[in-house]
Amino acid sequence: MTVKAPEINARRHQPMSNTKLLMLIAIGIFVVMYAAAMLLIGKRFLNLQEIFNLLNNNAYLIILGCALTIVMIGGGIDISVGGVVCLTAMSVAKFLQTSGIEGVPGVLLSMLLALGIGLLFGLEQGFLVSYLGIQPFIVTLAGMFLSRGITTMISSENVPIKHEAFLEMKKVAIQIPGVFKLEIGAAFALIILLLMYLLLRHHKLGRSIYALGGNQQSALMLGINVKRSRFLSYVISSVLAALAGYVFIMHASSGKTSIGLRSEMDAIASAIIGGTLLTGGVGNVFGTFFGVMILSTIQEIMAASKVQESYWQEIASGAMLALFILMQSVVLSRRGKKFVLPSWMKMSKRQ
Amino acid sequence: MENRVVSAKELKAAKAKLQQGVVLSMRGISKSFPGTKALNDVDFTLRKGEIHALMGENGAGKSTLIKVLTGVYPKDEGQIFVDGVEGEAHIHSPQDAQNLGISTVYQEINLCPNLTVAENMFIGRTKNIRVHWRENEKKATEILNSLGIPAQANQELSRCSLAVQQMVAIARAVDMQCKVLILDEPTSSLDEKEVQMLFGLMRDLKNRGVGIIFVTHFLEQVYEVSDRITVLRNGELVGEFPISDLPQVELVARMMGKDLNDLADLEEIGQKKTAGEKVIYNAEKLSSAESKPFDFQIHEGEVNGFTGLLGSGRSESVRAIFGADRVTGGKVEVNGKKVNIAKPHDAMKAGIGYLPEDRKRDGIIADLSVRENIILALQVMKGFFHPMSRKEAESFADEYIKALKIKTASQDTPVGSLSGGNQQKVILARWLLNHPNYLILDEPTRGIDVGTKLEIQKLVLKLAAEENMSITFISSEIEEMLRTCSRLIVMRDRNIVGELTGDDLNQSSVMKTIAGGGQ
Repeated sequence: MTVKAPEINARRHQPMSNTKLLMLIAIGIFVVMYAAAMLLIGKRFLNLQEIFNLLNNNAYLIILGCALTIVMIGGGIDISVGGVVCLTAMSVAKFLQTSGIEGVPGVLLSMLLALGIGLLFGLEQGFLVSYLGIQPFIVTLAGMFLSRGITTMISSENVPIKHEAFLEMKKVAIQIPGVFKLEIGAAFALIILLLMYLLLRHHKLGRSIYALGGNQQSALMLGINVKRSRFLSYVISSVLAALAGYVFIMHASSGKTSIGLRSEMDAIASAIIGGTLLTGGVGNVFGTFFGVMILSTIQEIMAASKVQESYWQEIASGAMLALFILMQSVVLSRRGKKFVLPSWMKMSKRQ
Repeated sequence: MENRVVSAKELKAAKAKLQQGVVLSMRGISKSFPGTKALNDVDFTLRKGEIHALMGENGAGKSTLIKVLTGVYPKDEGQIFVDGVEGEAHIHSPQDAQNLGISTVYQEINLCPNLTVAENMFIGRTKNIRVHWRENEKKATEILNSLGIPAQANQELSRCSLAVQQMVAIARAVDMQCKVLILDEPTSSLDEKEVQMLFGLMRDLKNRGVGIIFVTHFLEQVYEVSDRITVLRNGELVGEFPISDLPQVELVARMMGKDLNDLADLEEIGQKKTAGEKVIYNAEKLSSAESKPFDFQIHEGEVNGFTGLLGSGRSESVRAIFGADRVTGGKVEVNGKKVNIAKPHDAMKAGIGYLPEDRKRDGIIADLSVRENIILALQVMKGFFHPMSRKEAESFADEYIKALKIKTASQDTPVGSLSGGNQQKVILARWLLNHPNYLILDEPTRGIDVGTKLEIQKLVLKLAAEENMSITFISSEIEEMLRTCSRLIVMRDRNIVGELTGDDLNQSSVMKTIAGGGQ
């Protein structure tokens, strides 16, 4: 086969992909919202540390958001993550309190324990969803009940951690005193965020997950190992959930059965706000990151404006979520119209 | 004559090994499914650098042969030889076929719309863990340029037209060094310009020595690009012909296994009936979200048609009549009585039936059985609180399966497993069961075989003549409409630009009216 001399064809500017556009919308909304908070509420939001507080307090949610983003890009869903967070947090607390292994070895073992829990759930759920073809909603609903149940079995009481090495580690932070302080958990969450971005963007598995969410049949025909890719997406999701649980317990340092209640929903909402489509194939972890920031900013604004009743927070979050989704679909549908000729101008009907 | 017709026997006699210039040779292929012999001792030879059309009616065994070749079905008997492989080639999976240099581009394009063009060309092919975006895009750009495909490597695939998507799929196959390229109905959703683009690419590949198997329903297209035709019928090889030895009419006759005289048959059976006096349906200034206002009426027992280029608004007009798109204005009278048709259910109550253009999307419910699909519309009319008894349903289904000669294993077979032509008949049965006064058929013959096409045309005329039904018939093939319709409404750019009756019903006046202004 003769290949003609390659024409010099620089990457001509392309209209932005939907993934990017939706992410930019999320970033825009976050900036506007934060600016509004600065102007209207002032003080608190003018302080740089406020942003870092958002990160510190929601580190675990950032990791959960990544988990959901990956699964949702593959066209699936994982609602067990909140339960896994709780189970991990409780197991780690109980282990550190009762095993009697002091010092660094105890902390390392507790980390291994967390990873093990995540792996176990991931392997089980991934296997059921991918290789046995059971609906992911049902599999992970079962996972949610299972993890919550085991948590209560371990302890129905609060388990405060008094393990010294653990408490030492918890105090580690990146900071310039008086300017900002980033806790170790939040730093860890940001590293996970970056890793997951690299995975999705530059790793074969990540691209396979996009392909799978875009069109499963095609992915199969293109020679992608669809089953393994889907399986791995659930494994990653559960492992991330377990890591999120560890980050949570580092922040809270006390195991409770109420940890992570509803957090799977927050994670799904964050992913959606950040531009991940429930139908799969479109999304980005950075978008999800801003989704988390938007949700938590709403909460902060509500708290700062001295609204006592907690239901106002939920109503506001709900209204915002509905608004975002509406905006996204309007933007996406208008965008379709802008770039495509009206159907009657084309020769072919099927576009 | 040098280009003599090669019969099945002679091919068989040729030594079962690859001759010079042959890239693929299938010998004595047989394949049975429970109850049917899909392929019986079929031979197929593909030479280097030729476009070889594989023709046959639905159910003739074309797809089975392709599926055997691509490893989707295991063959029962026979041998496959591929250039570059010593002895018999063993193909057990699509992956095996690909490794042997046999690539297939299917009608429903098997690419991922959310990935870029470059990704679609390279994904799933490398063992590399890391994705090299720049490198891939550069390589993709080179390939796209060399094949003259108007796509950007870093473009999202969903932003390309269907034609370009198909070409990207071909580019992927070419880059995988394919020797045999199978194009399965590649043109069925392309417009004329896109088809020409695709043909250009096919000719280019042919010059590079790729052997192309071209499966299509469009006879004209076969004659435009192919070098050779292999005809199958009922799972058997009819023969292999150089294109110049097989005039189009003869090809049709061979595909149908009939004499040419049978085709003339239609002219006789197809006596057009003159329309009755009574106006069945009358619309003034009817408009919908998708169509401009238009006037339209049809008489009892009349067969009329909407014609025009694809996208001229013919489908949109009938969808407005049926209330399938949001109706935005106009007055409608059915049987002289004013009615308000805002949704399909209203139209059904008024005695109007509509066979949609896209049967997969709007028509059949693939997972339901033939019987359930047939009684669907009637059941809707009766209301769900008055369920039909099983017995009633069975007898209705039986009646229409016989009347329309629907080929199905049983009433309980899911419609999705029937061939295209038979699916179309099931939908037709659904509407006939409702005994509409006015039936709209939008492209009822698209993508089905010649024999079934004729059957449907005959049926249209019969319904008009015997049951006094008014019918609107839309088809992309003007000959079909000329044969069946007594009045043709010509559309251009969403406007009705002319009406043809009587002596004006011929190709040239239709073309003139479409082109506009009495030129």
